[in-house]
Amino acid sequence: MRQLVYRQSIWTRVTHWTWVLCLIFLLMSGLQIFNARPDLYIGQQSGFGFDNSVLRMSAVETPTGPEGQTELFGHQFDTTGVFGVSGPKSDRQFQGFPSALTVPSYRDLATGRVIHFFFAWLLVGTLLLWLVAGLFNGHIRRDLLPKGRDLRALPNDVLSHLRFRFSHGQRYNPLQKLSYFTVIFALLPLMVLTGLTMSPGMDAAWPWLLEIFGGRQTARSLHFAVACLLVLFFLVHIAMVVAAGPINELRSMITGWFRPAADVEVFSEEEK
Amino acid sequence: MRQQGISRRCLLGFATVAGSSLALAGCSNFDFLGDRDNDVREFLSSANGLTYRMQRLLLGNTWLAPEYTEADIRQAQRPNGTTAVGTEEYTRLANDGFSAYRLTVGGLVERPASFSLAELRNMPSRTQITRHDCVEGWSTIAKWAGVPLSAVLDQVRPRPDSRYVVFHCFDNVQSDGAEVQFYGSIDLVDARHPQTILAYTMNDAPLPVANGAPLRVRVERQLGYKMSKFIKSIELVSSLAEIQGGHGGYWEDQGYDWYAGI
Repeated sequence: MRQLVYRQSIWTRVTHWTWVLCLIFLLMSGLQIFNARPDLYIGQQSGFGFDNSVLRMSAVETPTGPEGQTELFGHQFDTTGVFGVSGPKSDRQFQGFPSALTVPSYRDLATGRVIHFFFAWLLVGTLLLWLVAGLFNGHIRRDLLPKGRDLRALPNDVLSHLRFRFSHGQRYNPLQKLSYFTVIFALLPLMVLTGLTMSPGMDAAWPWLLEIFGGRQTARSLHFAVACLLVLFFLVHIAMVVAAGPINELRSMITGWFRPAADVEVFSEEEK
Repeated sequence: MRQQGISRRCLLGFATVAGSSLALAGCSNFDFLGDRDNDVREFLSSANGLTYRMQRLLLGNTWLAPEYTEADIRQAQRPNGTTAVGTEEYTRLANDGFSAYRLTVGGLVERPASFSLAELRNMPSRTQITRHDCVEGWSTIAKWAGVPLSAVLDQVRPRPDSRYVVFHCFDNVQSDGAEVQFYGSIDLVDARHPQTILAYTMNDAPLPVANGAPLRVRVERQLGYKMSKFIKSIELVSSLAEIQGGHGGYWEDQGYDWYAGI
């Protein structure tokens, strides 16, 4: 069996698990906040006298009982049991997302906001900490920044992922680099900026926020859409960890030590 | 052999995803955070103080909230919260077009005073087309005109120990099963902000009852729940601890953050 190699610095490990905590609470408190107005719109304002919605979740009374309806870009879906109307038949809840996905589990916008903004600050703080550490210890340049050879190897890497053949080297593979890089340098900054665009205080401080996102309600819709992308990343990430060997992967993210697969090269300290 | 390994892994993967979803479903574990007296909740809500200080740092005291054009007024201003006031006092004033209404301004001021609507209308006025952001997530754009709160403050001269402006309102609201008078508060920076007006018209018509007649305050750099409607009197105070629930407003006493710039 190959020797263990030191793969993850303490900075990476501590910030990784802090982000896990932050993102779970941000998602669930975010859905609580969303449920206060389970509609999304395009532009500066929400259309009550006109229609500029792109997503709408509602509960409708029908002859066969309450029905959950979701309208996405004008297309209507019956989402009874999940969106609009959820919970056991004896105790139906009329809300956007089911209470199993929100924190608190009951409707409480005030507490949802308290939780959301605490973890938003924690996320931004640890992102900055990680950025400084990652620039100094070379993690960003060495492990995350996709380079020419990564891009050249990308098509083959995509094909091998599609065939469920994963390489378990000491370094991240090209697709892995690209997805981590996208999450950290595109999706998370987008979350922070679209979140700030919803703040009337920040709109006065930085009016350009409204310009780049096309209005407060568009920013709110984008905030929701990017959150969905983060959930998608989360699911694929978990599946990949499991596929690559959950014990080895978890050990490397907890203790830092990783056992590379037998068929891949190991970089010595000097090469790093 | 290898193929088998993969499918076993896939199975494990699905099990993990399903398992973590179940763990998420156990989120009523965190319902204690909804308890208004919980210490952990208290700690989490301290982030609001950080937001407040950071926005005060980033935001010049006179920097304006974005203003819009007539073309952006595409709908009636959606009323929210209390939309009708049933008290005898208010009904009497409303039936008379608020001609007997007087806004009293007192507390920590050198010259307490009261103003009729006509007097307020004769003071300097400001008109602004702004976006109203509700804590629920929606926004609407409307045109507001009123007297800048700073002009009223200049007449009553706040004492140096005053720190907050408190709005006492006509509407009674439910709090813990009891009926209480609605109130709200802002700091002196927001009170002195050029766009902070006591609005008496909306979209060029007298302020409708549903939107807070005869006077509502506009605090354009915060959310709608900070913009008290049906204002009866204004009080300058040094601390909010002694007023009702002690959190600076009806919504704040219900658990909403005092600073609503986000």
